[in-house]
Amino acid sequence: MTFEEPNRDIPTVMIPPPQGDRVIDVHNLDFFYGKNQALWGIDLPVARNKVTALIGPSGCGKSTLLRTLNRIYDLYPGQTASGEIMFDGENILDQAKNSEQLRARIGMVFQRPTPFPMSIYDNIAFGVRLHRSVARAEMDEIVERSLVRAALWDEVKDKLATSGLGLSGGQQQRLCVARGIAINPDVLLLDEPASALDPLSTAKLESTLMELKDSLTIVIVTHNLQQAARISDYTGFMLLGKMIEFRPSSDAFVSPETKQMQDYITGRFG
Amino acid sequence: MTVTASKPANFDRRLHRRRKIYNYVFLALTGIATAIALIALALIMETLVVKGLAGMNIQVFTLSQPPPDMPGGLLNAIVGSLIMCAVGMVIALFIGILAGTWLAEYGDGTRLATVVRFLNDILISAPSILIGLFVYELLVRPFQGFSAAAGAVALALLAMPVATRATEDIMRLQPYALREAGMALGANRGLVIRSIIWRASTSGLMTGALLSFARISGETAPLLFTTLGNPFLSFRLNQPMAALPTTIFQFAMSAYDDWQRLAWAGALIIAVTVLTTNILGRALTRGSTQK
Repeated sequence: MTFEEPNRDIPTVMIPPPQGDRVIDVHNLDFFYGKNQALWGIDLPVARNKVTALIGPSGCGKSTLLRTLNRIYDLYPGQTASGEIMFDGENILDQAKNSEQLRARIGMVFQRPTPFPMSIYDNIAFGVRLHRSVARAEMDEIVERSLVRAALWDEVKDKLATSGLGLSGGQQQRLCVARGIAINPDVLLLDEPASALDPLSTAKLESTLMELKDSLTIVIVTHNLQQAARISDYTGFMLLGKMIEFRPSSDAFVSPETKQMQDYITGRFG
Repeated sequence: MTVTASKPANFDRRLHRRRKIYNYVFLALTGIATAIALIALALIMETLVVKGLAGMNIQVFTLSQPPPDMPGGLLNAIVGSLIMCAVGMVIALFIGILAGTWLAEYGDGTRLATVVRFLNDILISAPSILIGLFVYELLVRPFQGFSAAAGAVALALLAMPVATRATEDIMRLQPYALREAGMALGANRGLVIRSIIWRASTSGLMTGALLSFARISGETAPLLFTTLGNPFLSFRLNQPMAALPTTIFQFAMSAYDDWQRLAWAGALIIAVTVLTTNILGRALTRGSTQK
């Protein structure tokens, strides 16, 4: 190890959801960009059909943590994770595990909208076709249902054949959500999904997420504390690559225990 | 005392005047240089258009190479150029797009990729006559004969590095988030490249193809050693074939007035073709960046 562990003596607080409710359970996760360690012994329990928000100042590792959950960091040689991320009874960090199947079950929406250069319809059909062959009629249904759930159907139902690139930023982001849920994942990861959106589009996206909660587990990274308080059931506060405080959101924003989290949510830094 | 009285102390009028003069001189020099370049271009175009149009008629496109003092045209050369350029482009694009994709997507950061990119850059600037000689040794001498196939390969070798470079450059422009988004749905790397990144790069790839076509359509040197030329209309790749640049070379050096007129007409045809493809290529690029 080339770097000293930061904040060795900060006390950490952990009020996790009950064991049986967890869909993902992260234990003692370390993450490295080459030789630089970015995450230190992270624990993160993710409750089923709840929204878990990750907050913290820039560079604290919350996006990094999110990107380990579907192993998207695999794309980059030199990025490595060690520890345990239990999902469906198996450690997903186990290199033998098929990452394509994993990503079919754990979807992701990115900071900036990333519509594919194809029609709105095909944007959604693309992911579905990756995993099974679907008849046209059934595909029509999946596309419609996904767009309805992402609260985009009414705005695009008459132009499904036009390019996804022609939509507004907020519509594009909801298209990405629709694309993510079309393959029917268990978990949806969102990396600051509203940071490039205006307030109205943000509100629409948030209400979409609230409705998805019935059938989906959501983990969201956000810089927006109000957003975390509005939509999340659990909140994890991170600092310098460590999970400092994790607790139900109902009291996380009212009575955080650690001084660091108090300072952060009262706007003293970050 | 007023404030203005203290001004001359930190304001040297002469210095400023001198700067102003330098500025005008510099401006004038750049203007003159630009004018010289433009005048040269205009003179070339003027000669080309006047002399080219003088030799232009319908027979240029309908008849093949005539004996001296007989009516004839450039049909065999135009057809030959089209065939060899087309075959050359197919080979060049096939290899170039795949090689460029490897450089941009898979080889990135490896030593091998650095070497390949460096060699490719050398190939881009290799003198075309060298390519001609190389193909002569490779495909003409062993088979004891000049052929259109050898010409097409020589043209392909010229277009290939341009296509490789263009493909790599345009694919690098695609945001990494787009690749991640495809992978996050469970697609593998190859599928993301083929169905998302290539599609996002379409207009750029087309531009690269058009520019490399423009680059080879006027090449003479690599064809002199490989296809030789053919006074008759030929469609056979294993036989010598005429090409516009070589025919122009041959006719322009000849002593016959009508051959020289045909050479000018041929030169005008090439110039117009290259100009059109370049404009088309640029229009495509502009279309893609505005999106």
